[in-house]
Amino acid sequence: MLINQFLLLGAVLFCIGVYGVLARRNGVLVLMSIELILNSVNINLIAFGHLWGSESAVNAQVFALFIIAVAAAEVGVGLAIILLIYRNRTSVAFDEVDMMKG
Amino acid sequence: MLENAFVIPAITFVSFWLILFFGKRLPKGGSEIGVFAVGATLVLSLFAGYQWVDRDKTLAVEHGTEEVHAEDETEHATAPAGGTVPSLDGEPIVLIAEDGHDAEKIREPVRKEWSWFKVGGHDIKVGTHIDGFAVLMLITVAIISFLVHVFSTNYLHDDRRYTHYFAALSLFTTGMYVLVTASSTLGALFGWELMGLCSFMLIGHWWEEQPNSDAALKAFFTTRTGDIGLLVGISILFFAADRTFDIAAINEAALHGDIGRTALVAAAAALLCAVIGKSAQFPLHTWLPDAMAGPTPVSALIHAATMVVAGVYLLGRLYGVFWEGFDIGAGGFNVVALVGAVTLIIAAALAFVQHDIKKVLAYSTVSQLGYMVMALGVGAWTAAIFHLFTHAMFKGLLFLASGSVSHAVHSFDMKKDMGGLRKHMPITHATFMVGSLALAGVFPLAGFWSKDEILLGARLNGYEAFMVVGLVGAFMTAAYMARCVWLTFYGEYRGHGHPHESPLAITGPLVTLAVLSVGVGFLNSPLTDMWLGGLIDNETVLTAGIAHHDFSVPDALVSTAVVLLALGLGYLLFFRDRLPKGVTERSKPALAGYTFLVNKYYLDHLWTGVVVGSIKGPIARGAYWLNQNVIDGVVNAAGIASRRSGEWVYKWIDQGAIDGTVNGLGLGASETGGSLRQVIQTGRVQWYGSILFGAVALLALALVIFV
Repeated sequence: MLINQFLLLGAVLFCIGVYGVLARRNGVLVLMSIELILNSVNINLIAFGHLWGSESAVNAQVFALFIIAVAAAEVGVGLAIILLIYRNRTSVAFDEVDMMKG
Repeated sequence: MLENAFVIPAITFVSFWLILFFGKRLPKGGSEIGVFAVGATLVLSLFAGYQWVDRDKTLAVEHGTEEVHAEDETEHATAPAGGTVPSLDGEPIVLIAEDGHDAEKIREPVRKEWSWFKVGGHDIKVGTHIDGFAVLMLITVAIISFLVHVFSTNYLHDDRRYTHYFAALSLFTTGMYVLVTASSTLGALFGWELMGLCSFMLIGHWWEEQPNSDAALKAFFTTRTGDIGLLVGISILFFAADRTFDIAAINEAALHGDIGRTALVAAAAALLCAVIGKSAQFPLHTWLPDAMAGPTPVSALIHAATMVVAGVYLLGRLYGVFWEGFDIGAGGFNVVALVGAVTLIIAAALAFVQHDIKKVLAYSTVSQLGYMVMALGVGAWTAAIFHLFTHAMFKGLLFLASGSVSHAVHSFDMKKDMGGLRKHMPITHATFMVGSLALAGVFPLAGFWSKDEILLGARLNGYEAFMVVGLVGAFMTAAYMARCVWLTFYGEYRGHGHPHESPLAITGPLVTLAVLSVGVGFLNSPLTDMWLGGLIDNETVLTAGIAHHDFSVPDALVSTAVVLLALGLGYLLFFRDRLPKGVTERSKPALAGYTFLVNKYYLDHLWTGVVVGSIKGPIARGAYWLNQNVIDGVVNAAGIASRRSGEWVYKWIDQGAIDGTVNGLGLGASETGGSLRQVIQTGRVQWYGSILFGAVALLALALVIFV
């Protein structure tokens, strides 16, 4: 089975995600971009799983499910952080949040 | 129960969640769940202990050496007795006949394992490995934890985070149970870190005050520093021992020479770092005295009886690795023994100069942990574990008793707020006395038997120098406990109000622990044929050929003489002289060897006692002839002078020399970083992300091109 198309899709999604994480100012959109990155990884995992036969396909799918679950938790934490930032600054623009400056 | 030992940590783990979710709605704020759960685990642990004693000996282990082994009492009854000699108290001591067998039969450990996950063809398992050592630890933890729970119901009665406190105690107990029952290093790591977290939460229980919060962070970071060693050690052993986390397999591989010498030494050194961090050994011992910022029952449970001995437990559990890695069997000298010995002496010396009763006990704990580590370093495995067990009892007792005292006087300062408490708090006084004597190692209390076995083991295993260090340590221990008892319970009451004896929830655990502090020593004494030692023998210890030594009366006499000398000296120094000033005159001609200790002690009071006193005295006498006002002026001047001299020391020695070095290093780093900081450290997450992705992209590019 040829998996090039899936890998390509994964790569495109990944690049869009990275662009979003690095360039968007809005915190919510940054979180969404992170989701895109994770999903592109999932696509790759399942595609490679199919490449190596049926048993590893199941393994890959289970792995992908785990990643989805972890991603859900991560979004929960991320949204909570963004909510707190909004409460403190009435804005979710990430370039204004620079308190980590050493 | 041995099969299903996982139930024990499971109970306290469930209890943690129940307290967290439902605790606040219950009439007693969740403490009833905690007390009940830990009580249940205590019953189950004792039952497991009964089953272990009852278990048949099925596992034959070849002896590593031809040393004499103490036999189990049932076997011994049939063997021809070696003879009897009179002991200290006139009781006959049975000498154990020499064992002619090559192989000894011991109780086989009970294992139960589950597959946790499979990755890369390796089946990673978790499970329980129950042997005498694990059962002994389970019982120790359960007893102390239960009594601390009961104690806390009263001690923290009106605390604002009462429910969370009990939740954290439950979780902590779970962590300790997991550690001691774990069959693999991964399981042990899990319990180990769980305890670190709970220790952090409980030290910072009153986090609103900055010092408590700082102490919690200090404890957490310091132990984490050591934990890096644990991770590295576990990783090395995983690969070196043919990809397994199994502790028994690792020990076997290490003892049979299946692990390369270099890997073994590296792993043992890394694990020793973990022990140094967790068990507060020199030079990472500084967190433990600070950890006294937590509630006193927490200090008793975590920082005396259980968590801090996790390092010692790890040493004892992975003993095969240390035995081979540091070549403990060879005698003479090794790093483990050195670390223990240095800690033992340094901490004991510091215990002399503390005002805070809990700090005295904290340094004493550090010192006793040094004793245990040293015992493991000199190959006295059984003695070390036995000392761990007895120490948990009497140090838990001492901490709880200090809690009882502070409950009455609302302070921990022995110099300002205590003294003469024996009239007001008879039960606390009596139990504290028992604990102190047990710690000092007075016959026939618990500390005597365990300390003595360590000293004997050190001598017979060819570590004579460390036996001398141990004797010095015993001497110091007895002396500083005499000082502590004097300041707290004798003399005149210096605090405010009228102290009164604590209620039953506090005195009950005290009395129980006092009874245990008297009694547990006999479990591994010649009177019971070293019963406990036979029970905790395991395959590792026997394969390594660790010698079991019979009780030796001359050695016991020497150590007893040392302890009695120290106690007598303490009595002379602290009890006979009402004023501490008289001590120097009396002790200097009498005790040349004691000068070091006295100097150590007086360093603390140099400014307040000797310097201020000598300046103030003569000048004020001269000034008395002139004018009454002048006295005030001179006294003030003397006060200022002493303050200035204090400030000078603080400014130049403490701040200048010590902090200066640290600050200098920091400053250097910050200056070199300063220029980079403008560009890289913008504080914006996305900029950091860009750097990260850029670096990964470059790395990927390099991989594609070069590989």
